Amino acid sequence: MTTVTLAAPLAAPLAAKGIDTGDTAWLLAATALVLLMTPGLALFYGGMVRTKSVLNMLMMSFVSIALVTVVWLAAGYTLAFGDDAFGGLIGNLDHLGMAGIGPDSVQGTVPTVLFATFQLTFAIITAALISGAVADRAKFGAWLVFVPVWALLVYVPVTHWVWGPGGWIVSDLGALDYAGGLPVEITSGASGLALCLVLGPRLGFKKDAMRPHNLPMVVLGAGLLWFGWFGFNAGSALGANGMAAAVFLNTLAAGCTGLLGWLFVEQRRDGHPTTLGAASGAVAGLVAITPSCGSVSLLGALVIGLAAGVVCSYAVSWKFRLNYDDSLDVVGVHLVGGIIGTVLIGVFAVESMTGGPEGLLHGGGLGQLGRQLVAVVAVGAYAFLVTYGVGRLIDRLLGFRADEEHEHTGLDLTVHAETAYDHGVLGHGAPVTASVPSISSTQKAKA
Amino acid sequence: MKLITAIVKPYRLDEVKTALQEMGVNGLTVSEASGYGRQRGHTEVYRGAEYQVDLVPKVRIEVVVDDADSEAVIEAIVKAAQTGKIGDGKVWALPVETVVRVRTGERGPDAL
Repeated sequence: MTTVTLAAPLAAPLAAKGIDTGDTAWLLAATALVLLMTPGLALFYGGMVRTKSVLNMLMMSFVSIALVTVVWLAAGYTLAFGDDAFGGLIGNLDHLGMAGIGPDSVQGTVPTVLFATFQLTFAIITAALISGAVADRAKFGAWLVFVPVWALLVYVPVTHWVWGPGGWIVSDLGALDYAGGLPVEITSGASGLALCLVLGPRLGFKKDAMRPHNLPMVVLGAGLLWFGWFGFNAGSALGANGMAAAVFLNTLAAGCTGLLGWLFVEQRRDGHPTTLGAASGAVAGLVAITPSCGSVSLLGALVIGLAAGVVCSYAVSWKFRLNYDDSLDVVGVHLVGGIIGTVLIGVFAVESMTGGPEGLLHGGGLGQLGRQLVAVVAVGAYAFLVTYGVGRLIDRLLGFRADEEHEHTGLDLTVHAETAYDHGVLGHGAPVTASVPSISSTQKAKA
Repeated sequence: MKLITAIVKPYRLDEVKTALQEMGVNGLTVSEASGYGRQRGHTEVYRGAEYQVDLVPKVRIEVVVDDADSEAVIEAIVKAAQTGKIGDGKVWALPVETVVRVRTGERGPDAL
């Protein structure tokens, strides 16, 4: 009791400056939820690769947390969310290194620091998503360079266009994107396509069986992604309110119909409903509802999720016909699912959610559909072209593709000097002599 | 002496072990193996992509016995491992020149 009465007067001055404690509490939780999605993605991807490169796959996501956080705080936040510097294309440098933002700064009804952190978690997972397209074969050092450069040159501008003050896609064009179909899904998908073209296919693509090595891990990852997605979408309401609740339910609904749609296709086409299909379908539905969760009714969400589950279950096999090795289907799930969700806003948008714009089905005509299409093409093309250029440049300067021998042996052992699993008494891949713990030569030298 | 090697379905291992114990065979070695014969493999589907898995998991049982026991042991293994369906495996025997018990240095049938 004593602590409560003592704490109250301290909290009061902050609340008086326009910070809503309920909104802030929800956004704090939502931010943590979105951050959890990146380790979830690491497991989702990690289970899909072979045993020899699973740790490398996990690391590509995990280091993205650290790399993107540093560049976001240094320059990303101000370029994305600073006041518009030029034609709705990029923010200014007023908040370089988070300058001028303290605990008293307010964005809407929440602290600006919290808003910036919430947005940071989106940037992190978007960068991590790309890694699925280049699984098993990217040079780790090149990835460490690629992630911060990509975040600044691709993620940050697109985010400014869509959500930044005066960004052209929302302010001038009038396209809608509630939680990131454009900056997150389409950007990561188009970038994944560009990067897998830069690196070329894995050794043995279309020849060797590259079976997922741990499907329970994939399902755990998908579950964590779904859990975190409530923070992603419902957190984008930036408040604890009715809109957040409606978005929350839409998110649940679309994940469910995505899962069912994918399984339905598998049962009809392949004769078996698979675990990987269920996990992929849920993610496809969640991807598609990300842009649309704040502008469609529950019925719209059910249809959009279903559409994504069905279409993406076919889209993942395009790579075999068109010969691009998008190893873990970033294109087939995130680009295709992101396009479906962003475009269908133009069909299913309802006034009760958007507060104005309506889709084709609700008497809004073709206008919104056209605006959504323009945004999709602009963002997709920009992300693809810039990522391709950055990828080629890094490839020329550092080499982006791992050595052939490293790729054959697996990146876990060759890059990280580790193996994920002990496969028997003799160890897995490691030389037998290494099974006796010994002091490494560097440690010996110090001693 | 004979080295009898049996490749059988993994879930028949317990039956084979029990049958050999009952007839007084005191030791055997088991390892996981994979291969194919007439059974061939199976198909797995991941995101619509079909993978033909040629190699089927099996266990390899190895036991060294006296010449006189050889036929009876082979029969016991076949009887215990048989399901009558394709993929039941193979059993074969090879002559063994010598056997040494590492602990005592005993040689020949005494070492079995």
